[in-house]
Amino acid sequence: MPVDTTLAGRSYPPTPPYHVGREKIREFADAVGDTSPACRDPEAARLLGHPDVIAPPTFPIVVTLRAAERVLADPLVGAVGVEMSRVVHGDQRFTATRPVRAGDQLVVDTTVDRVREMAGNAILTVRGEVRTTAGEHVCTSLSTLVVRGAAAGEKL
Amino acid sequence: MTASPVRFADVAVDDDLPPLRVVLCRADLVRYAGASGDFNSIHWSDRVARTAGLPGVVAHGMLTMAVAARVLTEWTGDPGAVEEFGVRFARPVVVPDDEEGATLQAQGRVTERLDGSRVRVVLDVRCGEERVLGQARAVLRLS
Repeated sequence: MPVDTTLAGRSYPPTPPYHVGREKIREFADAVGDTSPACRDPEAARLLGHPDVIAPPTFPIVVTLRAAERVLADPLVGAVGVEMSRVVHGDQRFTATRPVRAGDQLVVDTTVDRVREMAGNAILTVRGEVRTTAGEHVCTSLSTLVVRGAAAGEKL
Repeated sequence: MTASPVRFADVAVDDDLPPLRVVLCRADLVRYAGASGDFNSIHWSDRVARTAGLPGVVAHGMLTMAVAARVLTEWTGDPGAVEEFGVRFARPVVVPDDEEGATLQAQGRVTERLDGSRVRVVLDVRCGEERVLGQARAVLRLS
């Protein structure tokens, strides 16, 4: 079944709030090897003008990936129950209004900006607007996800 | 320890950012999977990776991107300086199940001075000779 192109422009309800904690930021910074004191020490973060410890630049993927997985689960993708091993991350862009910081309650508003078919693959451009529950914009995430074989109707 | 942030006034086009050499082993992929919540099995199972047409387990593209981000954050001393950051995942980074793992070499160069004390940086990230990230660009706000 080819991917339903009416998927383009489709928006999804905001994700449940994700409460960012200092230890999660430290864990993520450790995992990517970012040794910045501002990711660990509130005082070091304050000296740089941040109210609490801040996350490394790619941290928003923690919340936007979960949001994007809901798009992949959409029957309109034509790949119900798609195995994630068939999904390739094509490219990724973050545009930050401000860094993610400890104490943030983050939600993601997700929209499929574009759907293309190429060589039997479905190529989705998924935009995640990351904001706090208070409505403050934090960053925009643009992800290109390639669902291999989805457009060719391959059995997944 | 507090890093002293790079100042816009001291930065010129064609300045190089200090390069970074990072070894990724399977344990690093497991750690990143846990920290990020990305448990896609091509990042920990050779069997699944091969079924997906890969030579073996590959690093999360987002881990490679995060390593590239370290070139930016170690230079500026402030992870909050990164306003824009985009990459294309050009080639997978295959991480063998041994002690050597895969070695990433990442470097950056200032290509433009922008308004608002911002600079544009282009990054070059390779595994061996192969460029693994394409169109890797960032905009940083400096003090």
